[in-house]
Amino acid sequence: MLNAIELRGLKKRLGNFVLGPIDLTVPRGCIVGYIGENGAGKSTTIKLLLHLMFPDEGEIRLLGKDVQEFTPQMKKDIAYVFDDLYLPEDMTLKNVHNFHQKLYGQAWQDKTFSDLVARFNLPDSKSIKHFSRGMKMQLGLALALSHGARLLLLDEATSGLDPVIRDDVLDILLDYIQNENHTVFVSSHILSDLEKVADYIAFIHKGQLLFMETKDDLMNQYGIASLSEKQLEELDDKAIVGKRPHKFGVEVMLKRELVPSDFELEKVSIEEIMVYMIKGKRK
Amino acid sequence: MNIKIKNSSNDPIYLQIKNQIRDAILNGELEVGELLPSIRLLAKELRVSVITTKRAYDELENDGFIHSVQGKGSFVAPQNTELMKERFLKKIEASIAEILRYAKLAGMSHDELIEMIRTLESEHAECD
Repeated sequence: MLNAIELRGLKKRLGNFVLGPIDLTVPRGCIVGYIGENGAGKSTTIKLLLHLMFPDEGEIRLLGKDVQEFTPQMKKDIAYVFDDLYLPEDMTLKNVHNFHQKLYGQAWQDKTFSDLVARFNLPDSKSIKHFSRGMKMQLGLALALSHGARLLLLDEATSGLDPVIRDDVLDILLDYIQNENHTVFVSSHILSDLEKVADYIAFIHKGQLLFMETKDDLMNQYGIASLSEKQLEELDDKAIVGKRPHKFGVEVMLKRELVPSDFELEKVSIEEIMVYMIKGKRK
Repeated sequence: MNIKIKNSSNDPIYLQIKNQIRDAILNGELEVGELLPSIRLLAKELRVSVITTKRAYDELENDGFIHSVQGKGSFVAPQNTELMKERFLKKIEASIAEILRYAKLAGMSHDELIEMIRTLESEHAECD
C-alpha cells in the first residue's frame, strides 16, 4: 500500500456545478495542500473522500481500499477536522472525551488525547459552546489525532485563526508525518502555511484539477517580472501565465524555461501562482 | 551541525542542504560512520518538504558522501580525501580556464585579476 488516496474519474454533479472528472494520486507519508477559489470544489472533494457524499461516477480508494468497502472499524484509520466541531454544544471536554472513548473503543489513545489537550491548555469543565474558535479547532485536532488514523483530512480547519495557533498546527502536522505511514490532505486558503509544510500542491479550478505537483518544482517553475508593454510584446506568448497591467507598466508571471536565461525574475509565492493562473484564465 | 536555509539564495533549498552537509563531512564536523538525522526529522526541523530533504540525501549518496541502510538511516561514508582533492582541483582548473578566457575578452591584466580575487575573498570572509 503505497498510496494514501487514489481518485479515478471521480465525478459529482451538484446543480449547475460539476466536480471532475478528477484523477489524483497522493502517495503516503506526505502533506498535500489542496488549493482553489471558493466554490472550486475543495469541500465537495473532501466530503466525497469521507463518504459523506456519494460520487456519480468514479472510484475512491483510501489507504489502498475502496471507500465503499470500508467497515465501521476501518473508519478509525481516517481522521478529519472541519472548520467547526459539529458536536452538541452543551458537552464539556470530559463528555467529549468519554464519548470518543466509547466511539473508537480499542483504537482510542487516551494518552495522546490528554497530552494534546494539555498542550493546548483546553479547560476541562467548560461547555464547548463557550470555547473560542481556536479552542474548538484545537479540540477537533486533538480528537482527530487520538484514534491512530493514518490519513488526516483538514478542510479549512485553520481559517480565521491567528498566526501563532496556525503555526502550532503546522508543528503538529509535521510531527504527525514523522511516521512515514501517515498522510495529510489539507484544503486551505492560507497559502503561506501550505508553503511552509506541504510536499505537494494540488490546484482545483471550477471543479477541474489543474495540477498536482511537488511544491518545490511548482515554485521553481515560475517567476515574476515587472516589464514595459514593449518588453512584454517581445516575449514568447506561451511563456506568459498571467499578467497584471497597471498605469506604469505590467507585472507578469512567466514560465522560467520559456524566457531567456538572463531575464531577471523574482521568486513567486503559491498565492501569486494561484492568483495569476486564475486571472490569466479570465481574459 | 548547523544548517542555514536562505530564502533569498539563488540555490534551490535541496542544494543548500546538500552543500552544507557535504561541507560538514569534508571539514570533519561529521565523522565517518556518523548517523545523519532522518529525512523526516530534518524536513520537520528546517520546515521544508520531505521531498526536498530526500533529494539532498539522494544526491549526497550518489556523490559518495553518505550511504543509506534500509530501515536504519543514512551514515557518513568513508571519504577518499585524495580523490576528493583531485576532483576539486579539476573543477578549479576548469573554472580558472573560463576566468582567463573572460579576462582576455574584457582586456583585464593579470594584476587586476589577482586584485579582484583578493577583494572577493575579503568580502566572502565578511559574509561568513
